[in-house]
Amino acid sequence: MTAEQHRAPVPLDPSIAPPGTRNFRDAGGIPADQWHADQNGETLVPTHCCFCGVQCGMYLRVDHGGKVFGVEPRNHDINRMRLCPKGINAYQQVNHPDRLTAPLMRRSRDEPFRETSWEEALDFTVSEIRRIQDTYGKDAFGLLGGASLFSEKTYLVGKFARVALRTRHVDYNGRLCMVSAAGANKLAFGIDRAGNPFSDILLTDCLLIAGSNVGECFPVMTQYVWGARDRGASLIVIDPRETAVARTADIHVALKPGTDAAFFNAVLNVVVEEGLTDEAYLAEHATGWAEVRAKAAEYPPSRAAEICGVPAEQIVQVARTFAGAEKAMAWHARGIEHHSQGVENCLTVINLCVATGHIGRPGAGYGTITGQGNGQGGREHGQKSDLLPGGRSIMNEEHRRQICEIWGIDESDLPPAGTSMMEMVWQMQRGEIRGLIGICNNPFVSLPNYRVVKEGYDATEFHAQFDFFLSETAANAHVVFPVTTWAEDEGVMANAEARVVKHNKAQEPPPGVRTDTWVMCQLAQRLGAGDKFAFAGSREVFEELRIASAGTVNDYYGITYERLEETGGIAWPCPSTDHPGTPRLFEDGRTYHPDGKIHLQVVEWHPPMDPYSDEYPMSLTTGRTVAHFLSGNQTRRLGALVEQTPRPWVEVHPSLGFRSGDPVRVVTRRGSEVFPALVTEAIRPDTVFVPYHWPVPTSANALTIDALDPRSKIPEYKVCACRVEAGDAVDLVPAPPVAPGHTAYPETQVSRTDPLPPTAPQGRGTAERS
Amino acid sequence: MMGRTIFIDPGRCIGCQACVSACRECDSHRGKSMIHLDYPDEGHTVASLPTVCMHCEDPVAPCAEVCPADAILVTADGVVQQADTTRCIGCANCVNACPFGVPKIDLQAKLQMKCNLCYDRTAYGLAPMCATVCPTGALFYGTVEELQAERPGVQVADSFTFGDVVVKTGVAMVVPADKVQWPVPGGLPIVQINGADVT
Repeated sequence: MTAEQHRAPVPLDPSIAPPGTRNFRDAGGIPADQWHADQNGETLVPTHCCFCGVQCGMYLRVDHGGKVFGVEPRNHDINRMRLCPKGINAYQQVNHPDRLTAPLMRRSRDEPFRETSWEEALDFTVSEIRRIQDTYGKDAFGLLGGASLFSEKTYLVGKFARVALRTRHVDYNGRLCMVSAAGANKLAFGIDRAGNPFSDILLTDCLLIAGSNVGECFPVMTQYVWGARDRGASLIVIDPRETAVARTADIHVALKPGTDAAFFNAVLNVVVEEGLTDEAYLAEHATGWAEVRAKAAEYPPSRAAEICGVPAEQIVQVARTFAGAEKAMAWHARGIEHHSQGVENCLTVINLCVATGHIGRPGAGYGTITGQGNGQGGREHGQKSDLLPGGRSIMNEEHRRQICEIWGIDESDLPPAGTSMMEMVWQMQRGEIRGLIGICNNPFVSLPNYRVVKEGYDATEFHAQFDFFLSETAANAHVVFPVTTWAEDEGVMANAEARVVKHNKAQEPPPGVRTDTWVMCQLAQRLGAGDKFAFAGSREVFEELRIASAGTVNDYYGITYERLEETGGIAWPCPSTDHPGTPRLFEDGRTYHPDGKIHLQVVEWHPPMDPYSDEYPMSLTTGRTVAHFLSGNQTRRLGALVEQTPRPWVEVHPSLGFRSGDPVRVVTRRGSEVFPALVTEAIRPDTVFVPYHWPVPTSANALTIDALDPRSKIPEYKVCACRVEAGDAVDLVPAPPVAPGHTAYPETQVSRTDPLPPTAPQGRGTAERS
Repeated sequence: MMGRTIFIDPGRCIGCQACVSACRECDSHRGKSMIHLDYPDEGHTVASLPTVCMHCEDPVAPCAEVCPADAILVTADGVVQQADTTRCIGCANCVNACPFGVPKIDLQAKLQMKCNLCYDRTAYGLAPMCATVCPTGALFYGTVEELQAERPGVQVADSFTFGDVVVKTGVAMVVPADKVQWPVPGGLPIVQINGADVT
């Protein structure tokens, strides 16, 4: 089916509700996705949610005038109709009154923005790029992309930086997401993705979830977790907080933040001691086992118990439950990845899965749950500082040659690897990067150590942002380009299973708004690289991306828009158009390293980078809340979500003596802020938690440390030293009112149909048919 | 035998309020949610549970029984509809009568609104919006057999005691298998009346 056909109104099928149906208990037998309500002239455009890495299928409801005005659940494989509150409310941003609809420009940060023409905004941007690069060199200009962009756009970001700007400095906000897991998977398996599809969770006998608040961050995944529970699977949750999923677990290990590597080494220690390893599998498929085993021997449960602040018996219990299961799986997320040893934490989980032989089978394996919608696909095609399309390394001569051939450029013109997102900010602070374009990111909220971020951005001579709302970061820019939302363009994303799904265009963008693709191509043309960016839209970019990925580990060649629309998603690698895709890896025991083996890595635990002291004796950890998404630039504007969670809070244990609602000052070495207390026994007494979706003066990331993992360069968001003290009530920032225009329910929807007559026993639709 | 209805499983609720948002999307409520979340043990856990209309069957819908304007219709298939806009006088008798605390009054409009089991969807055989989207299955729409096929051994209750009164409902609640009592205590236990211990 083509996209056009998808958009065509689907007539009601009279067979789905027999005339005269009066009893809701008798009505039934209707395929769940056969609801095409056209009696109001609506069309239903099949697409996916714009938010997290689960990528739930949904229909956007489009009215007579071609405007998105609602959402309808869709029976897609991934979510089977389910949606979380963010997904249900996402459509409201499409025609939101805060949308930017004309380019904003100013020549100095002292001036206010004024609306301008696209011509002037593009010309000014190009003149500033030229001035900065001519004065300070090509690498003085940087580009920061985003992992909520379609893969086509992330491909263009990488190509634009290297071919049009010819700078080495390009990176993306997925750097703040799952790069630790990516690094670990690449080291161990030679491939950067989860090993199993979500559906394997339903088949497992033991599910271990490490550092993932599944209920709030990936609510729709919970159905898989409890589907496994319904089959009798045991559930192990490793988390300093007793989250909704941890509350239902057989074993909840509430370890001290930043001690995961010690914990998993100790679990492996018990597995070895009790003879629960799969030596035959290790001998045939893994290298480095002897060294890993020797290191695990240094972590007896008693030692880890002291480091992690949990009972040694619990470590033994986890080892026996996980290793003793016939099929066990481990899924993890930012809780173990946002650390200065994030890669190593993930490697310890891999070591455990491989040592116990829980890999490459239905119901047995590992996975990482992506935070951003395209966190997985966002780095696969060249947006990351060290990667070229197809996951090729920019340091590899052969890979560089291949890409230069596809792009039609000279090898000497392809810049070397650049630095990571946080490092780029430090370079901005030092005056090494003087100009920056940001696309689909909001570092003023999302990067740690806000003071440093602000200084870095303020030091730039020119800053442009692509966004559809004026984010905190866009408000610092010289030029803001108003671009499309996900519902106004088509493209693909890869979810946490590496399943590539297609988003469809549901409405035309508002006048004055352009796609990111169009803006990048226009800039490239003005920079003299127009022949390399002659793309009319996503479809043409995707065709080049397919070719650029052919033959690599991240092979998209066999994936086409038409196949995605027919199948509902294909997991890469997919080397040919008749290949079914690869939902599960390593079924034949071979990895993507040249020797086909799993390369186990030795991990030594080290303490978090921000040391505890008498002044800062506690841990601050941060995370998400279900109503908001990442920097909140999108969700903090949607009335229903603002009403649900209007402001951040600090979660504290009752032993600290606060009452819920008390102002509590959280102090770290970077600063202090006051939050209302949420007193709960669901957190360790030595740890406090603050959600991170808000800007200063209630920004968790004004307090977190900008220490990085040496390999993945991910910041250590999940642990820093802090103290808490009674705050002043006057410092409590009041909850924002839901302003007019931010209503939970747009006027267009309220007035779009007549209400169901409340006393009509047969219901509106039935009455029309009978 | 219980037909197709909503089953509430508090053990699965993650407090995400997807049901609340979904209810707002339902055409028949015009942008207002008829569901609310309860937090039964605040300060100790983050546990939550969704409250929808229980569609009382016996005695038939206390809200409808006390309505002086005969505005609340109960359909033959047991769905307690929201108030008829042409009849409702906004007196809030239904609010006071409901043992589960469900109906809401829009004071400005002098109008009662409540969950009508998404009659515009269920008439087509679709699940109500809240149960359709619930990411965890805390709200499940179907028959008890379908529920038990998916969750082996699960026990449900559709009778609740409030003091001496037993209310049988069209919507059922999942209860822990080892704590099945019949009927299930509904509402908060009454321990004192005018200062006198009545336990």
